[in-house]
Amino acid sequence: MKTNKIFISGDEAAAYGVKLCRPHVIAAYPITPQTITVERLSEMVEKGEMDGEYMHVESEHSAISVCMGASSVGARTFTASSSQGLLYMAEGLHYASGGRYPIVMMNANRSVALPWSIYGDHRDSLSLLDCGWIQVYVEDAQEALDMMIQAYRIAEHKDVLTPMMVNLDGFILTHTYELVEIPDQQKVDEFLPAFVTPNKMSFEEPKNLAFSSKPDDNTEFKYQQNQAVLKSIDVIKEVDQEFEATFGRKYHDMVEEYRCEDAEVVLVAIGSVCGTVRVVVDKLREEGMKVGLLKIRFMRPFPEQEVKDLAKRVKAIGVIDKDISFGYEGTVYTNVNSAISKVENYVYKSNFIGGLGGRDITKAEIEDMFHKLYAGLDKSREEKVEFFSLNVETNE
Amino acid sequence: MNRPKNKEYKFPTHIDDYPTGPQYKAGFLPETNAGWRKVRPVVDHEACVFCLRCYLVCPDGTIFKEDGKIKIDLDYCKGCGVCAHECPKDAISMVKE
Repeated sequence: MKTNKIFISGDEAAAYGVKLCRPHVIAAYPITPQTITVERLSEMVEKGEMDGEYMHVESEHSAISVCMGASSVGARTFTASSSQGLLYMAEGLHYASGGRYPIVMMNANRSVALPWSIYGDHRDSLSLLDCGWIQVYVEDAQEALDMMIQAYRIAEHKDVLTPMMVNLDGFILTHTYELVEIPDQQKVDEFLPAFVTPNKMSFEEPKNLAFSSKPDDNTEFKYQQNQAVLKSIDVIKEVDQEFEATFGRKYHDMVEEYRCEDAEVVLVAIGSVCGTVRVVVDKLREEGMKVGLLKIRFMRPFPEQEVKDLAKRVKAIGVIDKDISFGYEGTVYTNVNSAISKVENYVYKSNFIGGLGGRDITKAEIEDMFHKLYAGLDKSREEKVEFFSLNVETNE
Repeated sequence: MNRPKNKEYKFPTHIDDYPTGPQYKAGFLPETNAGWRKVRPVVDHEACVFCLRCYLVCPDGTIFKEDGKIKIDLDYCKGCGVCAHECPKDAISMVKE
């Protein structure tokens, strides 16, 4: 099969993915490390390589507002942000999901101030886990491109109609270069039908849009919204299968298990660090340790069933969080732990907090995590939430 | 003064009766504003001179003319009393509900 592979950054891969989906309206405000994505898209529009409108806005708050307005009249829309920009958008994020506007967003995961940092971690998007958006975390540039295409299929599905955020790690993915296959436009057109929404506003069918609801109806609207996000689990699986049949690549739906078949000890992670964990798993497997990786792809909807299935088979689960919910745990851990609590067998658990503000998570550190999980099995280590990469001594 | 007619709204009994998110075909009013009102305007047709000042000042556009008389759409009137206050002939009085 003839393939079209080019050497591009994660940001550019996202831009190519969006271009193939032919959005009608793109509205975004540039912010490091997302900037290259929106620069490329604006160039594509400027050069006439895309038919869509690129709307210049003065802020992220305006960007999401533009996307909502365009979506309400049946336009396919795209925005992108990161960190402070994403947080500035936060009001609109809830608005967009409640309004059932299937906007697709690329978020370049970046730390949140203060201290000011342009480098990556997951505190921006994980702090917005409850805003009603579907959230996927990708591991490499190819997955970023492919998920843009899948995202429109998932978000615009009639039973879902929910916006979707495609997260890629700032700098680690956005600014590193990989060989990425650019799918054929005709195939994408066949895979991705035109956006149809029952809410489309037109002169022929005037609508009362985005109205208020009293206590009598508000719970029903929120129930309906929750059902739609839960329903997306089936749609995600269906879309991934069809994607594989069309493009030859698959991403294993909600999660990907790596060498978990007979594993005793498993590390759970999201995003690009999964690539490093795979390498460590291979090394430790060669040394005879039964270890594996659970790559969580979707944080919302949450892969509860998949985590439970794994928890029934293993003895220890560690969760890497490039995030901390101050005063408790990492958010990925809290969610994983909730699923584990629903199985009958005991699983030793620990939360490893690190990689904050762009600090690398090394192979040696990951290897150490696996050893700590084994130590938990013979009761020589208690379950805990641990900052694993502190450079100094602490008072703990 | 072609006032749009409200279509009859059927209240949902099943979750699937709800629209997908808060948007719906125009022309339906699930609930009128009448419940908010403590006092309602009553027009003295003898005193009224059809100056239409009440029509101009009504913040909710509830005042209209029908069969040569000033009428008030009580489904929308919230009872603010601006019409009564502004009427140069004191032809509108606010009556307790």
